[in-house]
Amino acid sequence: MIAKLHASLKKVWAVLRKPSVHYSLGFLTIGGFVAGVIFWGGFNTVLEATNQEAFCISCHEMENNVYEELKTTIHFTNRSGVRATCPDCHVPHNWTDKIARKMQASKEVWGKIFGTINTREKFEGKRRELAEHEWERLKANDSLECRNCHNFDYMDFTRQSPRAAQMHSTSLASGEKTCIDCHKGIAHHLPDMRGVQGF
Amino acid sequence: MKSAKKVTLIAMVGVSVVMSPGVHAASVPDEKVATLRQAPINVEPTPPAMQRVSNTDIKQVRNYPMQPPVIPHKIDGYQLDLKVNKCMSCHARKRTGESQAPMVSVTHYMDRENNFLATLSPRRYFCTQCHVPQLEAKLLVENDFVDMDHLIAPKTKAEH
Repeated sequence: MIAKLHASLKKVWAVLRKPSVHYSLGFLTIGGFVAGVIFWGGFNTVLEATNQEAFCISCHEMENNVYEELKTTIHFTNRSGVRATCPDCHVPHNWTDKIARKMQASKEVWGKIFGTINTREKFEGKRRELAEHEWERLKANDSLECRNCHNFDYMDFTRQSPRAAQMHSTSLASGEKTCIDCHKGIAHHLPDMRGVQGF
Repeated sequence: MKSAKKVTLIAMVGVSVVMSPGVHAASVPDEKVATLRQAPINVEPTPPAMQRVSNTDIKQVRNYPMQPPVIPHKIDGYQLDLKVNKCMSCHARKRTGESQAPMVSVTHYMDRENNFLATLSPRRYFCTQCHVPQLEAKLLVENDFVDMDHLIAPKTKAEH
């Protein structure tokens, strides 16, 4: 068995090592480069297409539950018209982190195919677990997706309400707490919070 | 009580007058009929501008001893349902150390037989039934509320 595998690997290696008979070196290098550009461009285009709100809410699970909830919050409508879309909070901007998150999201495709949360009841049943995943992720990356817009260095405590200023200038400033520790459920409804720290 | 009855009577007369065309408004002027709508039924009136919620975080004086304290801050987006009570994430006994918010009154840990419970009594769970934030708004109707101290003051003065 191993000898057979070894033999076939050797054959492949021999083909790879052999100089091209039909194609010129120029064709292979330039053609390879062009093909690479097309592949890479296509890959990123598709990746970005899946990074849009329209894609997220093309599934009713997202549109009828979490998107409806988002609509009532300040991250959807507010006085200045700046709004956050799904990927702004749920997909890291950094490329490697993004790819890692996208690989994790393949589980969500599985969930879609097998209808893990295809009814309101099933979604409510899973809400705590799903929320915990997001809290964990934001806790681990120091609320990076919040901080993409809310930069601590430029927070003006004098423009905050006294209690907000109090919390931000102590716990948050010292790094003891991160955004998600206090600001849970700001964009979607909270699950049953029994046993969650701070509730 | 008597005047209240009178007002209802006037209102009812007003309604009947409005309903019978021709006799309209001769006896009861429109502004005397109490309504919040202030527009014909087939017209969608422009709502008044939203008022700013007072967000000072400074305790307000109660108007009488048993008044539920008013909320001196915004509560926008604070979830308060069977799953979560967001208020309690600051005002619960165990949370007050970190939040420095006033603890909910001990009465809120008592059931109606006055037994103390470990957590918030279910009948006290929905905070906003009694406690509300305040608006920095002009009064819609005149308020002639008199603090009980004012009522007591002249009497005690006379005695001394």
